[in-house]
Amino acid sequence: MSALLEVGDLSVNYGRVEAVRAVSLAVQSGEIATVIGANGAGKTSLLAAIMGLLPSRGRVVFDGQDLARVPAEERVAMGISLVPEQRDLFGTMSVADNLALGAFRRGRAEIPARLERVYALFPRLEERHRQEAGTLSGGERQMLAMGRALMARPRLLMLDEPSLGLAPLIVRDILQTVSELRDEGVSILLVEQNARAALRIADHGYVMELGAATMRGPAGELAADPRVAEIYLGAAHGMA
Amino acid sequence: MDVTIALFLIQDGIINGAIYALLAVALVLVFAVTRVILIPQGEFVTFAGLSLAAMETGSVPGAVWLLLVLAAAAAAMDAGAALRERSPAKAVRLAAWNLVPAIAIAAAVLAMVPLQLGLGVNIVLCAALIVPMGPYLYRVAFQPLADASVLVLLIASVGAHLALTALGLVLFGAEGYRTSPVVSGSFQIGPLFVTGQSLLVVGATLALLAGLALFFGRTLIGKALMASAINRRGARLVGIPTMLSGRIAFAMAAAIGVVSAVLVAPLTTLYYDSGFIIGLKGFVAAIIGGLGAYPAAVAAALAVGLLEAFSSFWASAFKEVIVFASILPVLLWRSLTSTHGDEED
Repeated sequence: MSALLEVGDLSVNYGRVEAVRAVSLAVQSGEIATVIGANGAGKTSLLAAIMGLLPSRGRVVFDGQDLARVPAEERVAMGISLVPEQRDLFGTMSVADNLALGAFRRGRAEIPARLERVYALFPRLEERHRQEAGTLSGGERQMLAMGRALMARPRLLMLDEPSLGLAPLIVRDILQTVSELRDEGVSILLVEQNARAALRIADHGYVMELGAATMRGPAGELAADPRVAEIYLGAAHGMA
Repeated sequence: MDVTIALFLIQDGIINGAIYALLAVALVLVFAVTRVILIPQGEFVTFAGLSLAAMETGSVPGAVWLLLVLAAAAAAMDAGAALRERSPAKAVRLAAWNLVPAIAIAAAVLAMVPLQLGLGVNIVLCAALIVPMGPYLYRVAFQPLADASVLVLLIASVGAHLALTALGLVLFGAEGYRTSPVVSGSFQIGPLFVTGQSLLVVGATLALLAGLALFFGRTLIGKALMASAINRRGARLVGIPTMLSGRIAFAMAAAIGVVSAVLVAPLTTLYYDSGFIIGLKGFVAAIIGGLGAYPAAVAAALAVGLLEAFSSFWASAFKEVIVFASILPVLLWRSLTSTHGDEED
């Protein structure tokens, strides 16, 4: 099994501040890889750089192809989708229009079939398909952001803090959906502060601290690792 | 003032207002998608109007050369960017993609204009000449600044306007021109004397506004443009290239400029520098409308047209002063009532 996404020595700078320092990671085809770490560890910058939204140094290889000169818009067409932490929805447009635009690179003909699939995953979105995206609740906004990303039929779905600010029950539903997507063959790179929940559904995990990847391994081993447990699981549990 | 004069002023105001509405809509469209306040919108109108006037006499408009120069500059910039990525094949493809249409259009204009094939053909040729200038202008002047602040973009916009006005003097000369009306003839409704051209102005403006509403409401590309305006990063995340949205918005603005020119050129004499004043009135309307909403901009444009018509009757020396001063109370009111004027991103 070859890696779908390979990131080698990726670094991101904001002026003099190094937000991501020489991070290497891989996402295998059909697995969930998760990057856990505290707020400010550089996880969001890492995803933005992989997506091509931030300038970076290092290597990003997707399906054997070097992405150095590929702009973010083309990465979408190649099959990478990012659900950002801020959701970045089109607030004054309807839910249905937001979803239709998700399939922009796939073309009009694919919209009905994709729409049916997304509505099956998130029936709430179908109920609200005429509503403006800006008027949705937090959980619905996350569903819409994920649904919009799925409309592009991605092979790699990157999720930035999907549980942020959501009630525990909704978090459980959303992570459940993430597992279902993996079972359908979508590879997933999940960034989470909620380490316990992320490691529960992931196959592989990475721990990021101050911009660097400090630990890696199968998700089960990481969850059992006393250092991880002490620093993150304890903290995450305390916060929950 | 009697009823006849009032009706006449209202008619005049509505005709002018319709033209300002077109300009205001173009400004709102370009600003929403690219954050550029398009001062050169008026130049699209004058270049199109003067080109039409030149074609009417069977002479090739100077705009042909401007189109070729803009295309060459855009081709050089695209090819340069591709060469920096060390992909010569892409450089050649991008250069051809920019140059071939411009050369084809220029050839068509050079071949067909001397034949004097009539107003319909001239309008098509004029559109073919002016509309591509929008995307080329975006590529040359604004795309390299796509991430800059609104103020920097405004300065670039003023620069583009000054450059284009100067080029207008070189290409078209200092003399003013008027074209023959698209619809000739006139008739009387009660005391009112209505020309066919003025009915065309109102009708064409309404049709164009309806067309734009359909474009944004029904087509995926129209929704994509709107999405780029609402959330630029969200638009990139669904794969809408910022560059493409910018080029389409500028092409639409130039097209609206051509329509405005066809409508206005028979009614007023256009000079190489008339664009600024026309554009500025569209700008006043766009600002009064809030620079974000099309219906508000159209309503404001009608108000500006009527204000202009009535002030030219009562205080004709202060006509422009009154129109431009009307922006002040609106700005004051807006700055007092708005909670935040910043962009979302």
